[in-house]
Amino acid sequence: MADVLHFELVSPEKLLRSGDVYMVVVPGTEGDFGVLPGHAPLVSTIRPGAIQVFPTSMNDVPERIFIDGGFAEVGPNGLTILAESATPVGEIDVEATARALATARETLRAASGDALTAAEARVARFEAMQAVAVN
Amino acid sequence: MASLKALKLRIASIKSTQKITKAMKMVAAAKLRRSQEAAEAARPYSERMAAVMASLGSRVTVGPESPKLLAGTGADQTYLLVVVTSERGLAGGFNTNIVRLARRRADELMAQGKTVKLLLAGRKGRAAFVRTHRDAIVDTLDLIHGKAQQFADAQVIAANVIDRFTRDEFDVAELFFSRFRSALVQEPTTVRLIPAALPEAAKPDTATTSGPPPAAIEYEPDEEAILADLLPRNLAVQIFRAMLENQASFFGAQMTAMDNATRNAGDIITRLTIVYNRTRQAAITTELIEIIAGAESL
Repeated sequence: MADVLHFELVSPEKLLRSGDVYMVVVPGTEGDFGVLPGHAPLVSTIRPGAIQVFPTSMNDVPERIFIDGGFAEVGPNGLTILAESATPVGEIDVEATARALATARETLRAASGDALTAAEARVARFEAMQAVAVN
Repeated sequence: MASLKALKLRIASIKSTQKITKAMKMVAAAKLRRSQEAAEAARPYSERMAAVMASLGSRVTVGPESPKLLAGTGADQTYLLVVVTSERGLAGGFNTNIVRLARRRADELMAQGKTVKLLLAGRKGRAAFVRTHRDAIVDTLDLIHGKAQQFADAQVIAANVIDRFTRDEFDVAELFFSRFRSALVQEPTTVRLIPAALPEAAKPDTATTSGPPPAAIEYEPDEEAILADLLPRNLAVQIFRAMLENQASFFGAQMTAMDNATRNAGDIITRLTIVYNRTRQAAITTELIEIIAGAESL
């Protein structure tokens, strides 16, 4: 088994990243999980949050990328993350996020029925984004 | 016979038309390349998606418990036809071909006593359907022309479709668009969106892969939950792909159409130039005859 993990980050528009890394920590719907080389095959959905990419070893400063939901697939060829959108954490505009979160909360208060679920998802999304950006 | 001056003006006007069509052809060619690249770039995502869907599909048996998007409503009384056309014209028979395919399907379904609803993406489709199936149109969505198609646009359409589905507005959804074969060939195509057609799972290639058989895949959360999460995404991905292919097809069709127009303009110019020269010579001959006749009579 290879001692590097092949990692691909794919958005519907293009292949964002493809390369060999040491470990990736993925925010799964049922909890974060780290993927090292030789991980057992797994398919998991992702909640909005940051993935952490460790390029060469455990002691690296991880590269953090915000993923707005999607799913991860671990197979014999490594880890593939399918994300609808991905932003490096450093590029998140904290103020814009705060504003968007405020608007989303505003709509949530007024929303009902189907719109409620959508509004809740939006709030959760921006909350996650903010949490990631601040840390 | 048109006067010399009128002929000259016509030739000049056709020449400038030719210049425009030539420029449009080149623009379409450049945009075609870009949209082909976009389609290419989107391939990894949809391929992975299809692979995961297939492996999920082989594990989940479709039953009444399955998500509605997969199993359908159990009826097929109302059809929603999602027709993706372009925002602009001047692309030969591009939009006509898609519309014709969709219209034929709509008429066929109506003849069977089904209800047909139309969801149109792209302005050109609306113009065509307003004439024949005005009552069937439930919504029209505008696409952004020119700029690369964004996944967000596809999500809007997908959300619209799913929203209507959950409100029981239709039982079966079909997508109409133009598949991109090459710059010269575009093929109007139908894809069934709901109930979702799961791609066939690729057979494990035992001949080439030696070693231990692949371990069972873990699913987190379970298969059904993942499937329920993936189905709407898959719908958006399918629509996105259709939009990309449609865009590439559009520019392909436009390129061909503009190439034909340029050539046609060239032909007309040649013909008119011949007429122009003949007329000019005839005028000179007439003048000469008049001069000679005048000289003789002296």
